[in-house]
Amino acid sequence: MIKIRYFGSFKDTLSLCEEELVWQSGSTDDLLSVLRKRDELWAETLSDKNIFRLVVNQQIIYQSVLLNDGDEIAILPPVTGG
Amino acid sequence: MIYVAVQTDGFNSNDEEIKLEASSGHCGAIVTFKGVVRGYDQEPRLDYLHLEHFPGITEQEIERIIKQAQTRWQFTNCRVIHRVGDLAVGDPIVLVMVSARHRKEAFQAAEFIMDYLKTEAPFWKKEYFQDGRSGWVEAKSSDTLQKQRWDSK
Repeated sequence: MIKIRYFGSFKDTLSLCEEELVWQSGSTDDLLSVLRKRDELWAETLSDKNIFRLVVNQQIIYQSVLLNDGDEIAILPPVTGG
Repeated sequence: MIYVAVQTDGFNSNDEEIKLEASSGHCGAIVTFKGVVRGYDQEPRLDYLHLEHFPGITEQEIERIIKQAQTRWQFTNCRVIHRVGDLAVGDPIVLVMVSARHRKEAFQAAEFIMDYLKTEAPFWKKEYFQDGRSGWVEAKSSDTLQKQRWDSK
């Protein structure tokens, strides 16, 4: 299982704060591909055109990484602090 | 000394300045930026803001931004406080304080930290308006441009 956490506007748009997913093997790119296939809303929200960042096990990642059982992934929309 | 805090509680910039001064010794300049929740400049009128962050990662990112600033300007002391939770119009929301030997370093480092904080530290603002509507604040391209300015400096 992997855990996925959603932040900011993504929580409202996708009506989800976090979820657990059975994960055999694959990368963060594979995960995004799986999520985008859920429906049009997911495809649009997590589209390549949108800017968002991924955090795997509390580390911001800048390129696709392999996901292992027990990993925690967070999906962050563009930030608006300050 | 670098101090980073993400908190729901308010802060007193005078108290923070005393703490910064106490650890700064021989600095010639202290620059303080205090951000305040702006209201009433749009319709519908803002009631309050809700600030969300990513605990652990947010603090880590702010420290990374400060260290990045330290590679450009000479300063050793910096305090950054960012509030989260519900904030009313007029409430202080962020404090960036830098002490350095010279004013230019302190000014520029504080501005750099603030520009990066607005575009890289994982905070998200949700606006709640007086008419009952609400919505997440979208990232501004002007903030990104402001940050990108530093690339050419």
